[in-house]
Amino acid sequence: MAGYVVATIDEIPPGARKLVEAGGRAIVVYNLAGELYALNNRCPHRGGSLFDGIQTCLVESKEPGRYRASRRGEMVKCSWHGWEFDIRTGKSWCDPGKLRVRQYPVSVLPGNELQEGPYVAQTFPVRLEGNYVVVEA
Amino acid sequence: MNVEARQLVREGRARTKIIDVDIHPKASVEDLRPYLSARWWDHLQTYGSRSRQGFAKGFPYPKSQPLASRRDSWPPGGGLPASDLAFMRQQHLDFYGIEYAIMNPLSPTGQGDQNDELSAAMAFAANEFELDGWNARDPRLIASVVIPYEDGEASRTEIRRRSGDRRFAHVLMRSRTCELMGKKRYWPIYEAAVEAGFPIGVHVFGTSGRPASNSGWPSFYIEDMTEHAACCQAQVTSLIMEGVFERYPDLKVVLIEAGFAWLAPLGWRLDKIWKRLRDEVPHLKRAPSEYIRQHIWVSTQPMEETDEPGHLIDVMNWIGWDRFMFASDYPHWDFDDPLVSLPPSLDEARRNKIFAGNARALYRFT
Repeated sequence: MAGYVVATIDEIPPGARKLVEAGGRAIVVYNLAGELYALNNRCPHRGGSLFDGIQTCLVESKEPGRYRASRRGEMVKCSWHGWEFDIRTGKSWCDPGKLRVRQYPVSVLPGNELQEGPYVAQTFPVRLEGNYVVVEA
Repeated sequence: MNVEARQLVREGRARTKIIDVDIHPKASVEDLRPYLSARWWDHLQTYGSRSRQGFAKGFPYPKSQPLASRRDSWPPGGGLPASDLAFMRQQHLDFYGIEYAIMNPLSPTGQGDQNDELSAAMAFAANEFELDGWNARDPRLIASVVIPYEDGEASRTEIRRRSGDRRFAHVLMRSRTCELMGKKRYWPIYEAAVEAGFPIGVHVFGTSGRPASNSGWPSFYIEDMTEHAACCQAQVTSLIMEGVFERYPDLKVVLIEAGFAWLAPLGWRLDKIWKRLRDEVPHLKRAPSEYIRQHIWVSTQPMEETDEPGHLIDVMNWIGWDRFMFASDYPHWDFDDPLVSLPPSLDEARRNKIFAGNARALYRFT
């Protein structure tokens, strides 16, 4: 895996998401209350775009008629068939054992510690100010 | 960007010809206005439509995604999903290299309206708009003959009007009819369709005025969706038992968006019972399953997904490899992507039949 500069942190404030490209892959970077997560944009079910899906909450029910919604914004629902994935783990909620979105480590590095690869420099303009968002892909 | 990644996947494969037998270009009531008389336009403005159900807008359940559409199908320039030809080309027709796509308009069409004359006027207008609004702008988009199917004679008139017009592929009905489809009130439709050489396309949904199940209204959309299989079982059984296929031996019926895995066990069950009760329906000359095999075609979407892939292949074997026609259901949320939706184990010959060959033969596309 190599590090790719994909955004500055101020482009992806808490609650926001950004569709980026790293290592030839389309990747969605999510900011959940300050924590960054990155998922492959291609849904493992049939290939729909996760970026175009809504961020929703975890709905659980212990018995019919009783529902609990938690973790608001931490699940993504695919824009096509509605499969739900946990943004923190990439796991499918419906069938966590079988279906999992590829997840990529994300880090924020201060600008002066960044090692840019030539591919990144060619593909993405990098702003000198602020902190860079780096996706390992 | 996801689109670009998938574009690479598509271009990496041998270009498969695709005929998509179910897409849903969107029209507005205003789009139909040029084709409605002042009398019916005024009626619509004053009284509106009267669907056979209690919900004014015809949405008994929230359908998973807004307008039951893929969330990436809303045109960037505004408007409703599948209302913008340029975006539909980019996202679907050109993207997959679709050779022909059959339009099955769902709304507004007047189908199932309580007012038979309004239903007929709107069906005519919907057909005119399919031609002017879509086919004339992109001849890959083939029209359906929308008919006011609760009125058999008015439907016959509309079918005759479109007879011989190769811009139309089939006659369009909805699966939830007021009475079972084998009943006499619908026979003028079948007679006219056979005369004109059109298959009957039965697209699921519609408003019959009755609950979706024999035991009343289900609570959830997932039940509403699953019920289409039960509804179409009853319709296929009715068409066979009422002797429709004996009366119209050239009648061809395409079940659209109903799934198909249920069709094989329906045939088994009907055959078993028929052997014991055949004197009740002496007008049947063959086992019920033979009528299914001879007269019924199915669209692929929504393809059943079995845990054991062989199970799906088994029922497809029973139904017959010349009976399946690829459908995407674009732009709806349960869209099937032709790149990934067919079972991977199918050989090239079967894939080609399902993607285009079977539809080309049935609809006589050149």
